[in-house]
Amino acid sequence: MGSPLTGYLVVAALLFAIGLAGALVRRNAIMVLIGIELMLNAANLNFIAFWRYSPHPEALTGMMFAIFSIAVAAAEAAVGLGLVIAVYRHAQTTDLDKMNRMKG
Amino acid sequence: MFYLIAALTLAGALAAMTLKHLVHAALAVTVAFAGLALFFLNLDAQFAGFAQILVYIGAVAILVVFAILLTRGSELPREGVFSRTWFVGLAIAAGIFAVLGWAVIASAKALPSETAVPTANVHDIGVALVGRYVLPLEIVALLLTAATIGAVIVALHEKERAR
Repeated sequence: MGSPLTGYLVVAALLFAIGLAGALVRRNAIMVLIGIELMLNAANLNFIAFWRYSPHPEALTGMMFAIFSIAVAAAEAAVGLGLVIAVYRHAQTTDLDKMNRMKG
Repeated sequence: MFYLIAALTLAGALAAMTLKHLVHAALAVTVAFAGLALFFLNLDAQFAGFAQILVYIGAVAILVVFAILLTRGSELPREGVFSRTWFVGLAIAAGIFAVLGWAVIASAKALPSETAVPTANVHDIGVALVGRYVLPLEIVALLLTAATIGAVIVALHEKERAR
């Protein structure tokens, strides 16, 4: 455990696992989206941590990737929640287990 | 300091995924986002930290609360909040964490040790954004425009068609 990077990577892995568990386990579509957001944030934490302890931080690569990732995640959240609202208006539910109309 | 922020972030994330009430879960996930912003500030990435605060705490959390209220998510479902196959999901997540944790621990020796604090002021980031990263910047601008229009069109109230 010599490197301070290890702690950040373990925290990011744990956060990713929590987000994945939430996305797989929760019934509500909004909670699934929140789980996906947590997974994206765990990846961002990795980018920033690797940027901080990289040999060439002045290249700003990891930082830029994290900033673009935040922007894309914001767009994803807007479209995803818009879709949830549209589906709710159609099916009167946000419960994913009840959205089985296309089940064969 | 690190352990304090880590405990805050992970507690927020765990609470968000386990709390029954959706509004409580949204507040808990806001705590997790704030913890991540503190992580970014702790890692000397001030710009990313403040972007995280603005985008996640300022926009995404509000959007989530709006979606919960618009879909009447504040009412508790009778069947419980977890899926019937919750055990499978939990097992997959635990497996993924085991693999990631093993990879991190196994490569711990190869990771770089303490380095000098990098300087990333807003001026450098701005120059990089309009210099080397100008094409991704344009693509993100286009994507955000398309996402805004798309979200509005998708969530637009459809007029009842005359039958």
